[in-house]
Amino acid sequence: MSIWLNSDSKIVVQGITGKNGQFHTEQMIDYGTKVIGGVTPGKGGKETLGLPIWNTVDKAVDMGANVSCIFVPPAFAADAIMESADSGIGLIVAITEGIPALDMVKAKKYINSKDTILIGPNCPGIITPGESKVGIMPGHIHRKGDVGIISRSGTLTYEAVNQVTEIGLGQSTCIGIGGDPVNGTNFIDCLEAFEKDKDTKSIIMIGEIGGNAEELASEYVQEYISKPVIGFIAGRTAPPGKRMGHAGAIISGGKGTAKEKMKAMQRAGIHITENPAELGKTLEEII
Amino acid sequence: MNIHEYQAKNLFRKYNVRTLEGIIASNSDEAAKACSILGGNIWVVKAQVHAGGRGKGGGIILCRSIDEVHEAANKLIGSNLVTPQTTSDGVKIRKVYVEKGCNIAKEFYLGIVLDREKELPVIMASTEGGIEIEEVAKKNPEKILKAHVDPISGLGDWQARKIAFGLGLQGKQMKSGMVFMKKLYHLFIDLDCSIVEINPLVITTDDDVIALDAKINFDSSALFKHSNIEKLRDTTEEEPLETKATVAGLNYIKLNGEIGCMVNGAGLAMATMDIIKLHGGEPANFLDVGGGATAEQVTKGFQIILSDSKVKAIFVNIFGGIMRCDFIAEGIITAAKEININVPLIVRLAGTNVELGKKMLLDSGLELITADDMDDGAKKTIESIKGVA
Repeated sequence: MSIWLNSDSKIVVQGITGKNGQFHTEQMIDYGTKVIGGVTPGKGGKETLGLPIWNTVDKAVDMGANVSCIFVPPAFAADAIMESADSGIGLIVAITEGIPALDMVKAKKYINSKDTILIGPNCPGIITPGESKVGIMPGHIHRKGDVGIISRSGTLTYEAVNQVTEIGLGQSTCIGIGGDPVNGTNFIDCLEAFEKDKDTKSIIMIGEIGGNAEELASEYVQEYISKPVIGFIAGRTAPPGKRMGHAGAIISGGKGTAKEKMKAMQRAGIHITENPAELGKTLEEII
Repeated sequence: MNIHEYQAKNLFRKYNVRTLEGIIASNSDEAAKACSILGGNIWVVKAQVHAGGRGKGGGIILCRSIDEVHEAANKLIGSNLVTPQTTSDGVKIRKVYVEKGCNIAKEFYLGIVLDREKELPVIMASTEGGIEIEEVAKKNPEKILKAHVDPISGLGDWQARKIAFGLGLQGKQMKSGMVFMKKLYHLFIDLDCSIVEINPLVITTDDDVIALDAKINFDSSALFKHSNIEKLRDTTEEEPLETKATVAGLNYIKLNGEIGCMVNGAGLAMATMDIIKLHGGEPANFLDVGGGATAEQVTKGFQIILSDSKVKAIFVNIFGGIMRCDFIAEGIITAAKEININVPLIVRLAGTNVELGKKMLLDSGLELITADDMDDGAKKTIESIKGVA
C-alpha cells in the first residue's frame, strides 16, 4: 500500500508541450506512470509523445484522469491549479516554481472548497516506488519499502531517499510538499495519511527554516502518530532576513529558526539528527 | 525585493495613502534646498538605506533650521549607518529624505503581511507604535490587533472599524483611519507585496492619519507583473556578488566563512552549509545552481565563489536527479580550464550518471579531492584548509 498515488492512478500533464513538461512526461512514462495525455490550451486535438492533447482539464477527466501534474509557467499556474480542482481531479501535483504568493492565496482559498489534494507548488512531486511517479525526482534511487518520506525540499529529499535505499530499506511513498510560503498539502496531512497506511512503518520528515509548519507538525506527531519519526531541519547556519533559495525559507522577525524547530521536534519525541548525512543511520538505529 | 522609504512613500501617494511632503537629496546642498521648497520651520532628515532600526542607529535627525538640515545631511551622507539590523560595519548612506515635520498626537503601528499559517493576508495594528513590534508581539501579544482578510471579499469596513475602535480612534480620526487602512490594503494586494509596514503611523493634532514611516517588501515571484516596481531596485543596497549571481541565474547568498559551497537545490544547499558547520567549518556562501545548470553557469558559480577573498576551499555537493552528474563534471572541467581555481576543490557527486561523472573528473587530470558522501566531503574540505588558516 501507499498513500494517494498507486499503479492505478491516471495522470494528465498540464503544460505537456513545454520543455519541462515534455522531458518529465517522458521520464514519468519510462518509470511506468500511467500518463493518459496532456493539456495545453489551443493545442487540443493534436498529439505529443504519442499521447492526446486536450484544451481543457475536464476533457482529460472524461477520459479517466484522476491526478494532474502541473508544469505550467508561474504566471498561469495558480489558474491551472484551480482548473484542475474544478474539473474534479483528486490529486494535483504542482511542480512550477515562482508562483506569486497572493495568486496562491486565492488558489488555496478556492481549492479548500473542493474535494482535492494539492501537492506543491515548487516541489519535486510524489512517488510510490515501483508503482507511479508524478514529478521530477530521479526514479532509480527509490526502492519499494515501508519508510514514508515528507520534505519541503527537492534534492535533500533525494539525499534522504538514497540513504534509506543504501541501508537496504525502501520507501512506501515520498512527498515533496514544496518550499513556498503558501502551499497545498502540509506535513500534518502527510503524517496523518502515513499513520493510516498500514504499509508505512516509519516516517522521515525533513523541514527547513521559515514559517511554523514544522512546529505544528511536531505537536501533531506528539498527539497522533504512533510510528517512529526521524527529523531534520535544514538551515541552521542561515542568516536572518535572507531568503535561502525557496521563497518560504526565510527567518523573519526572529521566527522560523532551525533551532526552534528542532526543539519542537525533540519535545514531540521525534528522533532528530543534526547531520543530514545521518538520516539513514538514525533510522537504522531507531528501528 | 526591498525599496527605500522615499520610494515607498511615492507609491503610497499613488494609492492616496497619506504621507508628509518630502524630497530626496544626495548632498547637503540639495537637502537645504529641499527645505525651502517644502517650507515650514521643522524638518526631519532621514537616511535612505534598506536596513531597519534607522532611528536607533542615529539615521533620523530632527532639525529646526536649514543650517541644521545642512549639517545633518552632511553628517549622514557618505557615512556608514549601524543599526540593530545591520552588521557592525553598517551600511553606506547615499541619500537622505528631507521631510516636513508635523504635530504628533499619538503613534501607532500598522502593518500588512502574509500570514503563512492561515494562508491569508493579515492586517495588524498596535497602540505601541514607534518601537519594535517584535518585542510587543513577544511580551504583550494582546496589544496587537489582527484581522485576516479574505482575498475574495477584501478588507471589510467592519474589520477596519474594529481595528480603529481597538486603537481608540474617535470621530474624524476613526473615519480617516478606516479609509487609510482600506487604501493601504488595496496597495498591498495590487502591487503583490509581502510586507507593508508603517511604524509609526501617527495621528496629528489636527486628527489626520499619516504614515510617518513606510516600508514595503515585494514578492520577488510577482515582479513579472510589475515592471515599474522592478525599476525601483537599488542594486547599491545589495551585495554585489549576489546581484552578479542573480544575473547569471544562480541563487547566491554571501556569508562570512571560508568554505565556498556549490550545490544543486536549496534544501541540500542549506544542509551542506549545516554539515560544514557541524564539523567545525564556516560556510562562505549559500549557492544553489538549480536543477538545470549549464557548464557556463557552473563556471560563473566558481567565479562568484572565488571573488570572495575569504574562500580557502570549495565543496561541490551535487545530487544529480534530473541534473546529470556528467553535465556537472563537464562544467567543473570547463570552469577549471577557464579560471584559475587556486584553492582545494572537493567534489561529491551522487545520483544520475554518477559513475560517468566521476570518470570524467578522474580522466581530466584536474587536481581535486573526491568524496563518497556529503559527510565525507565536508570533513575532507575542512581537513584541506587546516594549516592554511
